[in-house]
Amino acid sequence: MSDAVPLTTDSSGQVATVTPPARGRSRRLSDRKLAVAFITPALLLLLAMSVFPLLWALYLSFTDYSATRGGSAGFVWFENYIAVLTSAQVHLRALTTLIYVVGAVALQTVLGFTIAYLISRRTHGRGLLTTLFLVPMMLSPVVVGLFWRFMLDAQFGVVNSMLGSLGLEQVEWLTRQRTALASLIVVDTWQWTPFIMLIALAGLTAVPRYLYEAASIDRASEWFKFRTITLPLVWPLLLIAVLFRSIEAFRLFDLVYILTSGGPGVSTETLSFHVYKVAFLGFNTGTASAYGILMVVVVIVLTQLYLRYLNKLKED
Amino acid sequence: MAVSVNEAVPAGPVRDRTPPARRVAGGRGRSVLEVVLLAVLAVVMLFPVLWMIETSIKENRDVYAVPAKFIDFQVTLAHYRDVFVAPGGGRSALSVAFLNSVLVAGVSTVLATLLGVPAAWAYSRFTLKAKKDQLFFILSTRFMPPVVVVIPIFLMYRTAGLIDTPLGLILIYTAFNLPFTIWMMKGFVDEVPPEYEEAAMLDGHTRLQAFRKYTLPLLVPGIAATAVFALIFSWNEFVFAVFLTSSDSVRTAPPAIAGLIGGTTVDWGLVAASSVVFALPVLLFAYLVRKHLVAGVTLGAVRR
Repeated sequence: MSDAVPLTTDSSGQVATVTPPARGRSRRLSDRKLAVAFITPALLLLLAMSVFPLLWALYLSFTDYSATRGGSAGFVWFENYIAVLTSAQVHLRALTTLIYVVGAVALQTVLGFTIAYLISRRTHGRGLLTTLFLVPMMLSPVVVGLFWRFMLDAQFGVVNSMLGSLGLEQVEWLTRQRTALASLIVVDTWQWTPFIMLIALAGLTAVPRYLYEAASIDRASEWFKFRTITLPLVWPLLLIAVLFRSIEAFRLFDLVYILTSGGPGVSTETLSFHVYKVAFLGFNTGTASAYGILMVVVVIVLTQLYLRYLNKLKED
Repeated sequence: MAVSVNEAVPAGPVRDRTPPARRVAGGRGRSVLEVVLLAVLAVVMLFPVLWMIETSIKENRDVYAVPAKFIDFQVTLAHYRDVFVAPGGGRSALSVAFLNSVLVAGVSTVLATLLGVPAAWAYSRFTLKAKKDQLFFILSTRFMPPVVVVIPIFLMYRTAGLIDTPLGLILIYTAFNLPFTIWMMKGFVDEVPPEYEEAAMLDGHTRLQAFRKYTLPLLVPGIAATAVFALIFSWNEFVFAVFLTSSDSVRTAPPAIAGLIGGTTVDWGLVAASSVVFALPVLLFAYLVRKHLVAGVTLGAVRR
């Protein structure tokens, strides 16, 4: 279809450049058609698989629909939202999620940046070191969750075994309220520290060498160099990584599901896990949809923040 | 910290007289400390992986030994055999799950690439209305919490009869990889000068021919890297797989491996062996695309 138009204009362009404006216009027209033809299928799939489901969830969130009971959905206006927002259960999960996100992301950032900084100061074996450190990040959360569950097992887990041989007390990592959440944070940190490291390393290697040399000539201390050269130049990229990780940690589900299943009690139930329980164990589809939509709102706000910042960074 | 190490290093009487020598000695002490710290961190980060590999080749009684056996254990490949062969002979449920994973991840990656590469090219080359908004919208669909999306998808699939079918998983994985493919590929297309296409068009090619003959061949390495990441993401995906499939014949590897711990006794040797089999291709593929890792893991948003 787009062949017909350019063929004629091309020949006219070759014979003589009598009508360049016409040629330009028709080419742009076919460009537009081409762009539409190339973009539409992708957008349609996203609309069908991402936007439509969310709109459906939005509709369900105003009803008392239950996936098992079936029947027609009764319209209840904002009842579900009020129920979710005023529920003490939800507040508790929000707090758990907050502790988890802040704890895990903070730990990852400190550790990841430290490793990146140490690697960036080596001259030999940087590639090998980076590759080795990156292994945890590439593993599936299923593998990570299962394996840590084995290692943290109270009876025959290797962690307790090592504590024992050091003469320390055994810890019931995943079956005590307080240690379970800490274990979740540790496991997530183990998996995602490489992510922060990778991005921090990209930032660190991009810092121009001459800045350090100039500072050395002025006999600046290492700490001074770090504070005035390294940190300000790496910080923007690091913030991108931190925001990205925060969004990912906020919507995390699989690791909780595998490692602790929310237990003991509800001590490691994050918001994501609670939505799952309301939807698939409680079968309150309407309430779960309202709950989910509220989570989506939080994610959208965080994503907007992330993308705005990313955009600003690209323009600078 | 550096100071104390500096003083601990015996630099001799030269130290006070000549500052340059002192600085070298201090640098070395600091450097030793850094290497030690780095080594400790590397051991901590890699230990779980090594322990998993070790567990996968241990005899069962050594797997559960207290205190844990680090070196002196009986080596066996029985767990690896169990991954692929069912107890009574024939194909095990896990090996079927691995084949399903290959099918679902492979087809969804091909589809995401077929849809995503042309779209990325169009976004890179043409001035479109609200292009930036469109691109941001596309990326933000990828950030939706999977547990929330899976509720309406589940209802949708139940109506359409797509629950517990490979097609259902392929569709959702394609949609899930598309934003990534478009963002990642747009970066690669941006790196190819548009002048190539313009020159080809002056030679009488149409825009489409110019794209196919001149730009596309240059994009092949980028397409390969992007496809490898999409493959890894679908291969590792768990949430959609566990909620949208149930039967052994359709289930992919992640829920199948997670299902190993459902019973009263857990065969950790088998869990470890299947985890190793599951993770090896990912690590291999990740090594192949290591140059593009930063862009890959940030969904194409950050480029060096």
